[in-house]
Amino acid sequence: MSDSIFDHDHHFPAVELPSDIPAELLRKAPLNLPNPAELEVLRHYTRLSQKNFSIDTQFYPLGSCTMKYNPRIAHTMASLPGFARLHPDTPAPAMQGLLRVLWELQEWLAAATGMAAVSLTPAAGAQGELAGVAMIRAYHAARGDHGRRKMLIPTAAHGTNPASAQMAGFDVVEIPNLADGDLDMAFLDQHLGPDVAGIMLTNPSTLGVFERRIADIAARVHGAGGLLYYDGANLNAILGRVQPGQMGFDVMHLNLHKTFATPHGGGGPGAGAVAVQERLRPFLPLPMVTRAEEGALHWLDEGDLPQSIGRLSAHGGNVGVLLRAHAYIRRLGRAGVGRVSAYAALNANYLLRELQRVGYQAAFPGRRASHEFILSVSDLQKATGVRALDVAKRLLDFGIHAPTIYFPQLVPECLLIEPTETESKATLDRFVAVMAQIRQEALEQPELLREAPHHLPVGRLDEALAARRLDVAAAQ
Amino acid sequence: MPYIPHDGLETAVMLAAVGVDSLDQLFDEIPPALQVHDMVLPEGLSEMALQRELEGRALSNAPLRCFAGGGAYAHHIPAIVWEITGRGEFYSAYTPYQPEASQGTLQVIYEYQSFITRLTGLEVSNASLYDGASGLAEACLMALRIQGSDKSILVPENLLPGWRRALDSVLGLQNIRLVSVPYDRATGTLILPADAGDAAALIIPQSNALGLLESVDALTDWAHAHGLLAVAVVNPLALALLKAPGDWGTQGADMAVGEGQPLGIPLSGGGPYFGFLACRKPHVRQLPGRLVAKTVDGQGREGFCLTLQAREQHIRRGKATSNICTNQGLMVTAAAIHMATLGGHGLQQTAVLCHERAVRLRELLTVVPGVSLPYGGPFFHEFVLRLPHAAVVVRDALLGHGLLAGLPLSDWGMGEAGDLLVCTTELLEETDLLAYRDALTAVLETL
Repeated sequence: MSDSIFDHDHHFPAVELPSDIPAELLRKAPLNLPNPAELEVLRHYTRLSQKNFSIDTQFYPLGSCTMKYNPRIAHTMASLPGFARLHPDTPAPAMQGLLRVLWELQEWLAAATGMAAVSLTPAAGAQGELAGVAMIRAYHAARGDHGRRKMLIPTAAHGTNPASAQMAGFDVVEIPNLADGDLDMAFLDQHLGPDVAGIMLTNPSTLGVFERRIADIAARVHGAGGLLYYDGANLNAILGRVQPGQMGFDVMHLNLHKTFATPHGGGGPGAGAVAVQERLRPFLPLPMVTRAEEGALHWLDEGDLPQSIGRLSAHGGNVGVLLRAHAYIRRLGRAGVGRVSAYAALNANYLLRELQRVGYQAAFPGRRASHEFILSVSDLQKATGVRALDVAKRLLDFGIHAPTIYFPQLVPECLLIEPTETESKATLDRFVAVMAQIRQEALEQPELLREAPHHLPVGRLDEALAARRLDVAAAQ
Repeated sequence: MPYIPHDGLETAVMLAAVGVDSLDQLFDEIPPALQVHDMVLPEGLSEMALQRELEGRALSNAPLRCFAGGGAYAHHIPAIVWEITGRGEFYSAYTPYQPEASQGTLQVIYEYQSFITRLTGLEVSNASLYDGASGLAEACLMALRIQGSDKSILVPENLLPGWRRALDSVLGLQNIRLVSVPYDRATGTLILPADAGDAAALIIPQSNALGLLESVDALTDWAHAHGLLAVAVVNPLALALLKAPGDWGTQGADMAVGEGQPLGIPLSGGGPYFGFLACRKPHVRQLPGRLVAKTVDGQGREGFCLTLQAREQHIRRGKATSNICTNQGLMVTAAAIHMATLGGHGLQQTAVLCHERAVRLRELLTVVPGVSLPYGGPFFHEFVLRLPHAAVVVRDALLGHGLLAGLPLSDWGMGEAGDLLVCTTELLEETDLLAYRDALTAVLETL
C-alpha cells in the first residue's frame, strides 16, 4: 500500500465565504482537499521523488529523447526573481532584460540551423510541428495554390508528425523506408504532384542513420512545388555539423528540451521553437521579439505580421524554458555547440560497436550510427522467447533506465539507444557489461528477464486492469 | 569542455574501438557539401561570467508591484513547492513510459488529477496541456468529436482575447467556425444567444475577461436545452470559493478547462504554465493528453501507470485525439505540491483574501477624483476601472511609481480608452493598496 497525500489531513474550521458574491455563485459543498502539515508534504513528495529514475540519478539512454545533463546553472538563472516574477503583460520598456535574452535566442537558433528567422512561441515539439505545417498551408494558400492537401511522412516518423499534419487539415500519405534505412525514392516520385503540400522528415531519421540522399529529396520535392519540414527531434546528431537550412529544409522545429539541455520534467514543459527560410517568414507564429534601430526591443504583433498563422497560446510560450536554453548556448558558445554532435556520435558509435562485440545485433549493421542506433533482439526472442520489453525491464534492476523500445515499429523487437554526449566512457562501459550479463541471463534463465524488474518499488503493472477500472482520481 | 566528460586519452581509445581516426570521420556518410564548420554564435562563458551577465539582464527588468491579471496572476508560492519540484528526480526525468521506474511522477500526477476533479466537480482530469488557451482549443476539438456532426463553437466576446486568438489559430486549421456570443455592454456579462446553430458547445468563462462573474447556471442550462455541451473556463484558485463547474445548472458543465498558473507557477514572463482539462467519465475516450490510473502489479502491490494510451499520437498516429506529446509535467508537479501545501483550507483562505483585497482596492480607487466603475456586478479578484485619461497613459505613468497598475482594455480592443483591468492577490497588503490610491491620485492630477 503506497502512502497517499489523502492520508494526511488535519481539520480546520470552515472558511467564511464572502457575502457580497451571490450565494448561487459560491461553492455548494466545502472544498474537499486534504490539509497536510508542511513537513508531511515535504516527506511525502521527497519520498515520491525517490521512486523515480532521472538523469540526475541514473544513466538514461532513451532513444529519440536526448536525455543529456540539464545544467543546474540554467535552472538557477531562470529562477532569478527578475525573470520569475515578471508579468507577461509588462510593457516592453520595463522588460528589456527578458526581451534581450529572447531576441538573442532567436538569432542564435537561426544561426545554428541555417535558417532565416525564428519564433520561440511553440510550447513543445508537437506544437512546433503544428505551427510548421500550418505555415506550409498558409504559404500555399497565399499563393492561391489551394489544391495541396497531402503531407508526405515516412512510416518510421514520430507519431506526432501525422497527428500534427492531421490537426492542420492535411491528408497524410506514409512513405516507406528501404532496408538500408534510406527513404524509398521510387515511392516518393510516384506520390509527388500538384496535390502535395510538403514532406515531413527528420534527418538523421528515426532509424538512427543519416538520410544520404537528402539533397536529392529536397530537389524533387521543391521541383513538385512542395516544401520540406524538418522534425528537430534528432538535431543533437548534427548540431554544429550540418544545418537543416543547408539540407534544403524550408521550415523546422527545435526541441529545446532535447538538443538544448532544458529539463524533461517528467513530461514537460518543453519548448518547440520554429525556424524558417525567408519565404516563410511572413507566416511565423506570434509573438516574436524584434529590435528597433536604436536598440530597443519589443514584441511583434498581428499588425506587424498580418499573414502570421497567429497565436498558439495566451502568452509568449514557455519563456522559462527559453531562458534555460539561452543559458546553455551562452555557456557552451560557438566551440561548445560545435562539439555536441561530435561527442554524441562518438558515444553512440562506441556503444554500438561494444554491444555488437558482446553479441547484440544492429538493425542497420552496415551503417554509421548517428547520435543513436537500433538493436534488434529478434535472435534472442527466437532462441529463448525473451523480448525487447524483458531486456528493458531487466535493465531497470541494474539502475539503468531502459532505452526506447518498439519504436520505430518497423524494426521487430528493437531497442533505440541514445547515450548523448554528456555520458562518460566509464558509464558506457558499465552499460555494456550489464547488457552482456543480461544477454547471458536471457540464454540461461530467461524467466529472470520475463519477471523483471525485481528490485523496484513495483513490478510489472496490470495495464489492462488500469484501463478497465479507470481509477484516475482518489475516491472521496 | 562544458558538460562533455571525455579526456583526450578516452576519446582516442573510443575512436580506435570504433575504427576511425578522427571525430570528423564519424560523419563520413554525410555528403561533404552539406557539412559546415562554423556558426555565428558568441564565444562561450564560464559559469561565473554567465551568471553575472544574466543577473544583469534580470535586474534590468523593473521590479513592479503587480496589479495586473488577465490570465496570469502574482501569487505567493511557498518555499517548499519549488524546493521539491526542483529535485533532480522530478526535474530531469522523462515522461513515465516505464512505470516501474517512474512511480514518483505517476503518483504525483494521480494526486494532481484527484485535486483537479475535486476543484472542478468533474470525474476525470488529464495530466495537463500546454496552457489555458491551448487547452481550451483542445476542449473545443474534444466537444466536436463528442457531438459528431457539428461544425462550430459558441465563443463569448468577453473571453480573454489571447485565448480567442489561440482558438482562431488552432480551430481555423480545421475550418471550424467560431460564432461570437455578445455581452451586454451595460453589465459586462453574456446575453443568452438567440439560437445554437450547428454549434457543438458553448464556452462559459467564470470570471469573464472583465473580471465579472457570469450567471453560469442559466448559461449551462441554456446550452443543455439546445443540445450543446457546456465548456467551463475557470480560474482554479477561484474554484476554492466559487461553485464547481460540475454543479453548474441542473446537470452541471460537461468540461472544465483553465490556466493552472495560479497554483504555484511563477509568472516568468508568460510561461511555462499549464492548462488543465476535466470532463465526465463517459467522455474520457475523447480526452486529449496523458492520463494516469491506479492499478496493481503481479504481486498485488498498488501502483500507477499511464492509461488509455490508444487515444494518443505515439499509438494512434494520425487518428489520435490530439498531436500533444510533451505536456507540462513539471508544472503539474509544482501545482500538486502547491495544493497539498496550502491544503483545501489554505486555498480557500487565499481565494477569500484575493477577493477581499479587490473589494478594498475598488473602494479606495473609486473615491479618486475622475475615476468610476463601469460595471457593478459581482467579481472575484479583478475589476474594471474607468479613468478620465487613456488607460495606457496612466498605466505607463504609474510604472514610474513602481506599480504595474493593470491591463488597459484598449490593448485588447475592448471597452473604452480609459478602462483599466485591475487585479489584486493575497500578495498585496493594505499599504500597497494605499500606495496605489496615492500614486493614481498624483498621476491623474498631473495629466
